Amino acid sequence: MAVATETPFHVLAVDDSLPDRKLIERLLKTSSFQVTTVDSGSKALQFLGLHDEDSPVSVHADQLDVAVNLIITDYCMPGMTGYDLLKKIKESSFLRDIPVVIMSSENIPSRINRCLEEGADEFFLKPVRLSDMSKLKPHILKSRCKEHNHQEQHQQSDSNSSESSNPTNNSSGDSSNSRKRKAADDEILPQTIRLRHS
Amino acid sequence: MAATPMNQLSALVNNMFATGLLDEQFQQLQMLQDASAPDFVSEVVTLFCDDGERIIGELTKLLEKSSVDFDRVDAFVHQLKGSSASVGAQKVKNTCIQFREFCQQKSRDGCLKTLDSVRTEFYDLRSKFQTLLQLERQIQGFYPK
Repeated sequence: MAVATETPFHVLAVDDSLPDRKLIERLLKTSSFQVTTVDSGSKALQFLGLHDEDSPVSVHADQLDVAVNLIITDYCMPGMTGYDLLKKIKESSFLRDIPVVIMSSENIPSRINRCLEEGADEFFLKPVRLSDMSKLKPHILKSRCKEHNHQEQHQQSDSNSSESSNPTNNSSGDSSNSRKRKAADDEILPQTIRLRHS
Repeated sequence: MAATPMNQLSALVNNMFATGLLDEQFQQLQMLQDASAPDFVSEVVTLFCDDGERIIGELTKLLEKSSVDFDRVDAFVHQLKGSSASVGAQKVKNTCIQFREFCQQKSRDGCLKTLDSVRTEFYDLRSKFQTLLQLERQIQGFYPK
């Protein structure tokens, strides 16, 4: 009997602390995620293909060599904080649907609310534990369903000016959307199969 | 009871828990170590020790200055508090919490005293961690994976 190989979900983890990076990497790998770790918000944006100047023309989805399914970031980092990173991700038309989780060693309700209001999907208090990992997949699956629905809507409607006003960007956006749609079609089914059997 | 490396290791770890040096976060680390990551605890602990040494050095330098930049001191203590929490180094973590209070109060004396405590506790923990890792290596030597 052939076993379907499913691509593991890929998580980008951002933390300036080396021991913490080691820990989050191990937690994620133990939970069957593929992991990339970086030590700063700006390196995270580089990895995601977003340039600091944030000029729409230079943003192409195919700069992402590997799809990122979730971003988990520390809040307190020198330079760009986790909150700054979250904002940049949510401001980007092609990154904003990637779920973002914020981690912090400090339990400050106003900080937590600020992050959630800015669009963070989850807030983990550090130290992060194994039991926290089970909260990640639901956010990934939810965002993939949302993305799948978006692709269907774009197929149906001719005009799609909500994402960007630059015509060049639209055409590259369409081709990347169709690539993403194909990927989404291919990958949504195996995941639902996985759900039924788990 | 024979003082085999395994028994010594258990006794050491139990003692570290009993004296409040370590908390249950360290058990989380142990749970994360398995055949696919047989050196995980050793790696994280080593990173913590190197990081801690670096931070204590920076704190010493900052507090030697005639005019202390308490924000920078606080930032470093925050880092050490974070990494000690991540490895389960409870005592060091709690001293860091006290340390941050003195930073808020901009108390040089308070900071200097607490730095001494952190240093002592950190070196004590580090030496116990080194023994722990040595014993682990011995045990792995007896039972190669």
